Amino acid sequence: MHEQEYVLSVKVSNNIGVLPRVSGLFARRGYNIKSLNAAETEEPDISRLTIVVSADLRILEQIKNQLAKLYDVHDVKILQDAVTREHILIRAGKSADDRHKIIEIANLYRAKPVDIAADSIMLELTGEPAKIDSFLSLLKPFGIIKMVRSGITALERD
Amino acid sequence: MLLTGADIIVECLLEQGADTVFGYPGGAVLNIYDSLYMYSDKIKHVITAHEQGACHAADGFARATGKTGVVIATSGPGATNLTTGLATAYMDSIPLVAITGNVACPSLGLDSFQEVDITGVTMPITKHNFIVKDVNRLADTLRLAFDIAGSGRKGPVLVDIPKDVTAAKCEYTPVKPIEKVGCKINEVEIDKAVELIRSSKRPYVYAGGGIIAADAEDELKNFVELCNAPISCSLMGQGAFDQTSKNYIGMLGMHGTVKAAETLNECDLFIAVGTRFSDRVIGDPTTFANHAKIIHIDIDPAEFNKNITVDCTVKGDIKAVLEILNGKLDKTGERKWTNEILKKDCSEPVQKGTDALPVTPQAVIRKLDELTDGSAVICTEVGQNQMWAAQYYKFKKPRTFVSSGGLGTMGFGLGAALGAKTGCPDKTVVNIAGDGSFAMNLNELITASAHNIPIIEMVINNNVLGMVRQWQRLFYNKHFSQTTLDARHIDYVKLGEAFGIQTFVIEKNEEIEPTLKKALEISKTAPVMIEVRIDRDINVLPMIPAGQPVVNPITEIDLEA
Repeated sequence: MHEQEYVLSVKVSNNIGVLPRVSGLFARRGYNIKSLNAAETEEPDISRLTIVVSADLRILEQIKNQLAKLYDVHDVKILQDAVTREHILIRAGKSADDRHKIIEIANLYRAKPVDIAADSIMLELTGEPAKIDSFLSLLKPFGIIKMVRSGITALERD
Repeated sequence: MLLTGADIIVECLLEQGADTVFGYPGGAVLNIYDSLYMYSDKIKHVITAHEQGACHAADGFARATGKTGVVIATSGPGATNLTTGLATAYMDSIPLVAITGNVACPSLGLDSFQEVDITGVTMPITKHNFIVKDVNRLADTLRLAFDIAGSGRKGPVLVDIPKDVTAAKCEYTPVKPIEKVGCKINEVEIDKAVELIRSSKRPYVYAGGGIIAADAEDELKNFVELCNAPISCSLMGQGAFDQTSKNYIGMLGMHGTVKAAETLNECDLFIAVGTRFSDRVIGDPTTFANHAKIIHIDIDPAEFNKNITVDCTVKGDIKAVLEILNGKLDKTGERKWTNEILKKDCSEPVQKGTDALPVTPQAVIRKLDELTDGSAVICTEVGQNQMWAAQYYKFKKPRTFVSSGGLGTMGFGLGAALGAKTGCPDKTVVNIAGDGSFAMNLNELITASAHNIPIIEMVINNNVLGMVRQWQRLFYNKHFSQTTLDARHIDYVKLGEAFGIQTFVIEKNEEIEPTLKKALEISKTAPVMIEVRIDRDINVLPMIPAGQPVVNPITEIDLEA
C-alpha cells in the first residue's frame, strides 16, 4: 500500500506521562512519527497533540485505533481539510553582505528579524510547511548556523 | 470519616468486592499492611514466596473467578518483580489491579532506597497506570483503576502510591462501583455479518478468549446451533465451548487438530469471535483461510485488520453482538458439509511411550479428564505441558483452562493455580507443569503448603526443555543446545516432602489411575504433587511450523532421521 504523510489531531488529558504513553506506543509498534507538537487547549485539562505520521492506509487505521485505546486519549482525528502551520526560528549568514541579502529574502516571505549580530541574523517565520521549506532552501546558500522548527500545528476548517 | 490513605485503599478494595488479595509486604507498603492487619476479618491476604508468584496468583484468581484480581507489592524490587505477571495478564486481557508502594513524595526522583519509576516501567504492559501523589485523589483513582481493568477489553492496571500518601489522612465516603456501560453496536456491521452467514454454505466458527471475558458461552452455543457450523476454540478460548458437544472439532492453530486445519481450508466463511488472530494460529497470513470470507467480531477494533485482513468487522461486547446475531438468524437444518466434517476421520496423531518409559501425557491427561468429569480447573505452565493439557483435556466450561497464552510465561502455572484454588475452593485445581517450568517458580510450593491451598501440582518430567528440544530436532539439526536437564537429578518426592507436600510418581501405565485417584482424594484437604516420568521425545503433534500455511500439519516426527 502507498505510504504518505497524514496529520493527526489528538486530544489528550493534560497529565504528566501522557507524552511517553503516546510516543511509547509509536515506538513499540514501529509507527513512524515525522513531527509531534503538544500544547494546552482552551480547556486547561486537555492538551492537543498534532502528530504528522508517515503510513499507508492500513497502518494509519491501526495508529488511530491504538491511540484511541489509551486511557488518556479522548479523541483522534485524521485531518483532511485543515489549516496547517509551522513556525521556524533560524540564524543564517556569515558576513554583513549576507545579512543584507537575507533581509531581502525575508521581506519576500514576510519573515521577521528577531536578533541581529555583526555578520548573521535570526529570523522567525510562520506559514504552511511548504512555505517554510522553500524559505529554508533559499537561506541554505548563506549557511544556516542554527534553526528550530516547531513541527506542524493544525486545526480543521468548519 | 477521616481515614489514612492505607485505610482508604482497603476500604476501596471492599467497595469493589475484592475480599482476597495476593501480595508481599515491604518498607513502602508498611502502612497498607498495617491496615490489612486491622481489616483481616474482612480481607484475606495470601502471602506468596515471591511477588511474581503473587501477581500470577491474582491473575489465576481473576481467570478462574471472573473477578478482578488484586496484587500488592512494595516499591523497587517488589514492584519490578510484578512485571512478568503484569505483562502476562496484559497479553491475555486479564483484569488485575496492582497496588505498589513507593518512596515518600519528597524522596521521589532522588534515586532513593528501593525507588523505581514503576509507572514508567509498566507503561507498555498495563492497560493504564497511575501514581497517586495526593491522598485526596486516592479513592477515586483506585475506583477508576478497577473500572478500567474490568471494562472494555480487560487488562491490568497499576496504581503506585508513595508511602506518605498511605499515611496522610483525608475524608472518605464509600461509593458504589461504577456501572458498566456497553458500547454501541453498529447495525450496518451486523446486517453485513448476517448476510454473509446466511449466504454461506460452509461456515466455520472460531472462538477465542473474548467469549470467556464476556461471559458469552451461552450465546456462543446458540449461535453455533443456529448456524449448525463446526467450531474450534483458540488456546485462550479453551472452555468457551463444550468440547464434548458434537460440533466441536478441536483447537485451531500451531498445535491444533488436523481436522481443524482441513476445515479452515475448506470453509467459505470463517467467523472469528473474541479473538485476535495470534501468529500462533494464522501461521502464514497471506494464505490463511484463502477460500473463505472472514467475519471478525471483537470488542477491540484495534484488532481488526491488524494481523489478518478481513471482510466484515463487528465491534462490540461479544455477548451483546451474539445476542443480536442470534435474534436475526434462522435455524439451519442439516448441513451436509458440517456432517461430512464431523464424520471425517483425520487420523489425529496418538502418543506412544517407550519400553523404559511407557507413560504418555495423553494417557495421563485423558484419565484426569475422565476422573474429574472434565470440570476441574486446569492450569498450565508453558511449552509441551501446556499444549498437551489443551489437546487432551476436554474442557466443558469457561474459566477452567488457565494458561499464559500470549506472553508464554514459563513459571506462570503454579502461582496461577494457587490463585484459582483460592478463588474457587470447591473446584479441583490441577497445575499441569513441565519440569523446566516447574523449576522456574517452584518456590510457590511454600505458599501451597503454608496456606494449605490444596492444589494438585502435576510435573510431567522428561528432563528436557521439551518444546525447545522439539524445535531443535526439527529446525536446528538436532543440536540440543542447553535443553537437556539430566544433570539436575531432582528427587521430586524428597522435594515435595521438604515443603510438606505429599508426592507420588507415575512411571508405569498401571500407576496412572490409582495415583490420580489418590491425589484427587488428598487434594480435598491438602496440596499434593505428582511426578509423571515420560520419554523425552514425545513431541507435541500435530504441528504447523511457525509462519507456515495451515495445511498438512506434521503428524509424525521420525526420531531416527
